[in-house]
Order: sequence, then C-alpha cells, then structure tokens
Amino acid sequence: MKQFRTAYWGLLVAALVLVAMIAVARGAVPLSIAAVLDALRGRGDATAIAIVRDLRLPRVLLGALVGAGLGASGAALQGALRNALAEPYLLGVSGGAAVGAVIAFSIGVSTDAAITLASFAGGVGAVFVALAVSRAGGRTSRADLRTLLIAGVIVGAFANAAIMVALAGAQPNTVRGALWWMMGSAADATWRSVFWLFLSTLLVGGALVYWAREIDVLALGEDTAASLGVDAERAGKRAFILAALLAAATVSAAGLVGFVGLVVPHIARGFGIRAHRPLMLAAGLIGATLVVAADLAARTVAAPTELPLGAITALLGVPFFLVQLRRLS
Amino acid sequence: MIALNDLVVRYPGSPTNAVDGVSFVGARGKLTALAGPNGSGKSSIVRALLRRIDTVSGTMTLDDRDVRAFSYSELAKNMAVVPQREETAFPMKVREYVALGRYPHLGLWSAPGKSDQLAVDDALAQAGVEDLANRDSDALSGGEWQRVRIARALAQKTPALLLDEPTTFLDVAHEMAIFELLASLARAGLAVILVSHQLNLVARFADTIVLLSHGKVAAHGSPSEVMQADRLESIYGWPVVVTRDPAVGAPALVPLRRPLQL
Repeated sequence: MKQFRTAYWGLLVAALVLVAMIAVARGAVPLSIAAVLDALRGRGDATAIAIVRDLRLPRVLLGALVGAGLGASGAALQGALRNALAEPYLLGVSGGAAVGAVIAFSIGVSTDAAITLASFAGGVGAVFVALAVSRAGGRTSRADLRTLLIAGVIVGAFANAAIMVALAGAQPNTVRGALWWMMGSAADATWRSVFWLFLSTLLVGGALVYWAREIDVLALGEDTAASLGVDAERAGKRAFILAALLAAATVSAAGLVGFVGLVVPHIARGFGIRAHRPLMLAAGLIGATLVVAADLAARTVAAPTELPLGAITALLGVPFFLVQLRRLS
Repeated sequence: MIALNDLVVRYPGSPTNAVDGVSFVGARGKLTALAGPNGSGKSSIVRALLRRIDTVSGTMTLDDRDVRAFSYSELAKNMAVVPQREETAFPMKVREYVALGRYPHLGLWSAPGKSDQLAVDDALAQAGVEDLANRDSDALSGGEWQRVRIARALAQKTPALLLDEPTTFLDVAHEMAIFELLASLARAGLAVILVSHQLNLVARFADTIVLLSHGKVAAHGSPSEVMQADRLESIYGWPVVVTRDPAVGAPALVPLRRPLQL
C-alpha cells in the first residue's frame, strides 16, 4: 500500500484548477487562457466575458460541485457500509430523484426550480422509504446496515419501474426531457443552481467531514465500533442519510451522473488515504476534476452534438479505475 | 471488575431466553473464561455487555456501576472488546488500525498526542506485533491478525478486556501464544474475560471457568471444580474422560471416539 504524502494535496488541487481552466477555455468559441483570465476580471471582449461568466463558468462550477458531492458521498458510504461496491445511487436516491423529476415533467412543470425541488424531494423520499423498509425487514426494530443497502436497491428498482410506466404514455417531449435528465447533464447550469448546490454541498459535506472519524470506526464492523464507543446504529444511519442527501442534491442539480460515487473513492484510496476525513476531501477533489473533464468531453468531442455526461463519466472513470487497480495489486 | 447478576437476554421473536439468569464476576488480575457448547449464550453475553442487544432483566456492572449508565465513549474507556469476527473494510497499515483503539480518548476531532502514540507503541509491544506495524492488514496471517486485533483493544488502555473466541482458526502454537498473552495481561492487573471453546486451554490458563449450557450457568469455579467428566458429558452430549496435563497438572478433556458398531 502506498504512503500518502502531503504534496499530493497540491497535486490534486492543481489538477482540478488546470482542468477547470481548460474547460472554461474550450468550446464552440475557443478562447485562450489569457482571454479567460481577462474575462474573469471583466476585461476585454464583451462576448468573451459573457461566454465565460454566464455560460462556461457556472457550468464548470456546477460540474465540479456534482463531482465533489458524489465522490465524498461514495467515500462515506463505502466506509460506513463496509462495502467496496456501495455508491450513492444504490441507495435508491437516483431512482427516487428520477421519479420526482419525471412526475414533474409529465404533469407539465417546466421551470428548473420546480424540477430541481421535485427530484430532490423524490431522492430524499426514496431514502426514507428505504429506511422504513429495512426496519420492517430486519429482525429487530433496528435498521441493520446491510438490510439498508438491500432496501435501497429494491426501492431503486421499484422507482425505475415506476418511471417506465409513467413514460410509456408520455408526450415525446416529456420523454426526451426526462431521458436527458436521467443521462445527466450540466448544460442547464445557472448561477442560481450553482449557488444552491454549493450551499448544500458545504452544509451536508461539512457534516460528513465533521463525523468522519465515526466512519473510520464503523468501517471495522458494528460490534467493534460499539466497543470503541460509537453508537453503531445511530452513526451508520447518520452517515447513510447525510451521504444520501448529498447525492440527492447533486442529482437534482444535474440529473444522474453515474459511476463517480463508485469509482472516485477507490481512486482516492489508491493514493494511500485510509482515514475518512482526508479520504472524503480527496474524493471530492478527484470527483470534481473527473466530472469537469467529462463535461468538457461531453460538449466538445462530438460538437455541436452534446453527449450525455453520465455516459462520459463512466467512459473516463473505468480506465482510470483500472490503472489504479493495477497499481494497487 | 465486570459483574453480571441474574442477567436475562432474549432475542425478539425467540421463544427461549438466550441468556437465562447468568451471574458471575470477572475480577481484576484474573482470567475468567466463559465456556460451553454452541448456542449456550456466550456471545450473547458479550453482545449484551457491548449493549448491542437489550436485556430483559438482571444487572451488568463495571466497577460497581451499571453498564447501561455509561455513555458509549465512557464504556469504551473502561472496557475493550475483541469481537468474534472483524475485518477492516479496506486494508490499512497495522499501526493505523491499532491507533483506532485511541478513538474513545480522542473523539471526533482531537489530534493524537504523545500519550496516544505511547499507548499505541505499548499495545503493539504487549501483543508482540511491533514488527508488523508497517504491514498492510490484508497481508497478515490469521495468527498475526488476531494479535493485532488484541493490540487494538489494548491501545484503549482499559482496566477490563473482553475477548470472544480469539483463537478460532489458529494452529496450536498460535493458540498457545494468545493464551499466554492473555494470562500475562491478567497477571498485569487487567480483568480479562474470555469466551472460548477451547476447554483444554481454558483449563490450563483460566483462574475461573463459567460453564454455560442453554443460557444457564452449569458450573462455576476453578478449572478442577468445573472440569468433571460426567458433567461435561451431559452438557456436550458426548462421551469424554478428564485426565491431567502432564506439565501443570490442570484437568484435560479427551472427547472419546464412539465405539465402532460391529
């Protein structure tokens, strides 16, 4: 196992800044880095200023926040559930959020704010349904963490079925909107959506970071956690709910961006990080870099056609993960 | 000192009590062993002490204070536990893992200080695993891993230590080494309570054996008091003889092969 060095933090931040700068510069109207820096300070060409400030910067920031939220959420869940395959979307968050969004689409709601709210409510709702299911399914009144994972998967599957039923008779426009949303996209980024996602990531992610050491202990198993002075049931549920809220916030902002929550924590562990506080922070930085890069690819590779962000994150994430896996073994 | 008085534990939906009125004392400076057949309630007692299951009646005290009156972190500062099964979710360095034993003292934010480093060093030395400190937890043998787990519990620096089957899957030499370690910890003043199937080892090392059967105490006392052939035969439902360990004279159990049906 590799030893983590403090210098890696600089590397991770530098990688994010570099990728973000390139992402702001590239597009239908290519700009030089100098022009971008000028535009950020409000100098130079008015069109360039508008492109940078109103279009690309919010989109890059939204992508970064989505990636950071999903990465941190995945890192917390994999530790708390002691499962290398755990990821936020497995908890029914994605399915629930999609149901919320599709319901909003199909009843003709079209404002972004309403769809965001509907999907957030759907995602959070699904998590609480999963909690209730796990409590009903468990042997005791306590929600067992493994049962919780299974309950999340089941709620997600149910949600997917509900979406298909809802979309079967829907208008082509609705289907297209819902599909696009389910494939993930940062195209509709606005400063307002950036602000809300920033606020929720800061609050919920901050709470996860605050309780991170509990997750270190939970990762040893519930009996050991209890013997080390952690109320395993409460700590597990807390990590679960916070991670789900974080994921629901990203889903409501940019739809379903798959794979980031699963792969990014493993990439972060590949740097030799084990404690969950630095792990979540590193996963946040790596997730942000990955999603910004993926979004850049999504809008430039086949321009003027935009590719689905969720597919690109998977395409980029898999080889990255495989390289890491090789280095680890 | 850990004392149980008439403890009753019942799992929800179960018609019988898993622990049915058990009383015993695990004193400081003594190695107290809980033995008995599978399903006799040994692990349920550990889980009750960990407060992972609710008790129906009876009391559990730690130094004369009700275990349930402790906060989780206070309890962890007074009683360390090596549960039956444990694996790190993701491999980590042995030293990092043992350092997690300081969690009850550090809480969510305090940075580990000099005393914490010392406690970890001490624990690694006591369990004889200093040379493993920089190894990855997934690169350890079964015997090494058990010793490392004991080091993690010792890093908690508690007056009481509770272990659930710490020698499962270990060969004779590793098993003996763990028992020697536990006996020396008891001599050093800890209240060591051990759940074990290994009656023969328990008889050689323990000061007191609490023999459980169907959730009740079937026998309680020194190894020679508890290890009676007829009693063990009826509890385990298998023919046995009890002989003597040639080295220390402790009672030794020999389960007999059933005679061939000719």
